[in-house]
Amino acid sequence: MKKFFTVCLAAMLAVMPLASCGSVNSEITSPVGTYTTEYAGTTLNVFNWGEYMSIGSEGSLDVNAAFEALTGIKVNYMNFESNEAMYAKIKSEAVSYDILIPSDYMIARLISEDMLQPLDFSKIDNYHYIADQYKNLYFDPDNTYSVPYNVGMVGLIYDTSVVEGTPDSWSIMWDAKYTDNILTFNNPRDAFAIAQFLLGQDINSENKADWDKAAEKLKEQNPVLQARVMDEVFNKMEAGNAAIAPYYAGDYLTMAETNPDLAFVYPKEGTNIFVDSVCVPKNAQNYDAAMLYINFLLEPEVALANAEYICYASPNTSVTENPDYYLYQNEILYPTAENMPKTQYFHDISPEIRSYYEKLWEEILLADE
Amino acid sequence: MKKKSLLQQAAGAPYIVWAALFIIIPLVIVVYYAFTDKTGAFTMDNIVSLADYKETFLISFEYAFIASLICLAIAYPFAYIMSRRGQAAQRIMMMLVMLPMWMNLLIRTYSWMNILEKNGIINNILADFGMEPLKMIGTPGAVIFGMIYNYIPYMIIPIYNVMSKIEPSLLEAAEDLGSGALSKLRRVILPLSMPGVISGFTMVFVPSVSTFYISQKLGGGKIMLIGDAIERQMQTSYNYNLGASLSLVLMVVILVSMVILNRFAGDDDLLI
Repeated sequence: MKKFFTVCLAAMLAVMPLASCGSVNSEITSPVGTYTTEYAGTTLNVFNWGEYMSIGSEGSLDVNAAFEALTGIKVNYMNFESNEAMYAKIKSEAVSYDILIPSDYMIARLISEDMLQPLDFSKIDNYHYIADQYKNLYFDPDNTYSVPYNVGMVGLIYDTSVVEGTPDSWSIMWDAKYTDNILTFNNPRDAFAIAQFLLGQDINSENKADWDKAAEKLKEQNPVLQARVMDEVFNKMEAGNAAIAPYYAGDYLTMAETNPDLAFVYPKEGTNIFVDSVCVPKNAQNYDAAMLYINFLLEPEVALANAEYICYASPNTSVTENPDYYLYQNEILYPTAENMPKTQYFHDISPEIRSYYEKLWEEILLADE
Repeated sequence: MKKKSLLQQAAGAPYIVWAALFIIIPLVIVVYYAFTDKTGAFTMDNIVSLADYKETFLISFEYAFIASLICLAIAYPFAYIMSRRGQAAQRIMMMLVMLPMWMNLLIRTYSWMNILEKNGIINNILADFGMEPLKMIGTPGAVIFGMIYNYIPYMIIPIYNVMSKIEPSLLEAAEDLGSGALSKLRRVILPLSMPGVISGFTMVFVPSVSTFYISQKLGGGKIMLIGDAIERQMQTSYNYNLGASLSLVLMVVILVSMVILNRFAGDDDLLI
C-alpha cells in the first residue's frame, strides 16, 4: 500500500529518459464500455491510497488522463496514507469526494455510519469482470456499495542469506537467534494480528482477555526487534539491514527486484487478507461521473495497467486470465487452491476494543525502552 | 502612553486578524478538544488518563534536555570563535551552518537512517577496517544525535548574534583590570551572552521535545516520545480529544520550563 521511497527512486530513474521523449500514454485504445461526454467540463474528486494507481509516472498508462480524454471529465486526484487518515478527513466533511478506495473493515465502518451511497450497477457494465470469489464479501454482502479494486495478503519476507532453512511460521519473528534482524509493523492492528495468529485467536476478537494475551506475546518480542516500520521496510529489506519482516505480498515482489536473496512465505498459522474497494460517499457531488469512472477502472486495459503498476493481486478476471500480464499466475499473488493460506479479514472492531488495544499498544511501546 | 492614531491602529489590524485566525482560534480548539469527549460533553478523563504517559513525558524531556545541553556545549565555543573572526570568515562560517537547513528535515533524517543502518555507511567503513559493526539505529543515542544534528543551527545563530555584539573594548578593559582568560569568560562574556544562550536553548529544546519524525525514523519505532503519542492519536487512533490534551499539557510544561529558565537568566548576580 505504501512504497513511497522506492517509487520516488523509481520515478526519478524513469523521468530521466522520459524527459527527452516526453511521452506519457494517456489514452486507451479500445474501451469495452460506453462512455458519454455528457458530463464534460465537470470535476471528479478521487481519493485513493498513495502510489495506488497507474498515473503515468513510469511511462505507463495515465489512467486519469485517459478517463479525461474519453469523457471530458476532469479528475482531481488526491491521496491518503491510511484508512484512518482518510476516515478522519471525510468525517470532518471539510471536503467532498466522489470516489473513495478504502479497505474492507473501513468500508464496513462507513456503511454502518451511513456515509456511503449505493452504486448504480446498471451503469457499471464492466462489473462482470470481477471474479466471483470477490463478490458478496462480508463488508458488503449484497454488492451494494463497493467494487473491488485490489486484493492482498500479508506474508513473511526473509533474507535467505541470513535465515537458515525455510521458515513456515510467524514464530521466527520471536527467535532470539535473529535478534536485531527482525522488523514488524508500526501500527497496532497489523502487529497484533501476527501475535493473534500465533496464539490461534480470532483477529477481530471482542474479548479483552484475548488482546491482553496478544499484548503479552508482543512484549516478549520487544528484545529481538530491530524496528517497527511501515515504508522503511523497503529500504531495510532491500539493503540487507534486516532479515525478517512481515509485509504485503505485492510489495515483496517490488523488494525482490532489488534484493534477489529475499524469499516469501505465507505462514501456516494463517494471515490477514484485505480487499480495497471503490465506493462513493454520501455527500458526493458528481455521482454520474463517478459511475463512469468506476466502470472505467474495470476496463481490461486500465485494470491491467493498474495491476502491473501496483503489483497487488487483481480481482479483475480480464487481468488474471490474460497471459500477457507479467504477473500472470504468479504463485505468490495468486496461490493455487492447495497453496492458499488460511486467511482472516479485518473487521470493524467496536470502539471500546479499539481504544483498549490502542492503550495496550502504548504499553508495549513503553515496555520497549 | 500617547494614544494611537486611527491610522496606526489600522496598520496593526492585519496582524491581529492573522494572530486570531492562526494562533488564538487553533489554541481555543485544542483546549476545547482536551476537555471534551467524543460527543462534545465536558470531561476531565483525557487529562486524567495522561498519567499513563508519565514515562513518555519524562523520556521526551530527558532526551530534549540532553540534546540541548550537547548543542550548547558545541555551539558556545563555535559561536565565540566565529564572532572573533574577520567579516569574510564569519560569512563563510554562517553559510556553512545554514547550508544543511536548505534541505528538508525529513530528507536529512532519512539520509541519516542510511548512514546509521546496520549495513549503513558507517558500519561499511568500520568493516573495511576489520572492526565490529556498531548498533546505532534504533538506540536513544541515534535519536538524540538526530535532534542535535537537525537543531544545532538554532543554538549557534542566537549565541553568535549576541557574541558578535560584545564590544572588543569591553574585553580589553577586563584585561587591563587584570582579568585572566577564565575570569574574562566568567565575568564578561558569559553574562553578556546569556540572552543568546537562553533563546538558543529554547529554540533547540522546544522542537526536540515535541519531535516525532526523528524518533520514528532513527529510533526505529522502538522509542516513543510525546510527539509520537500525539501523532498516533491524531493519525491512527482518531482520538482528537486525547491528542489535544497531550498537546495542551506539553505546551503548559514547556511554558513553565521556559519561565523558570528565564527567571534564572534574569538573575544576573547568580551567574557572576
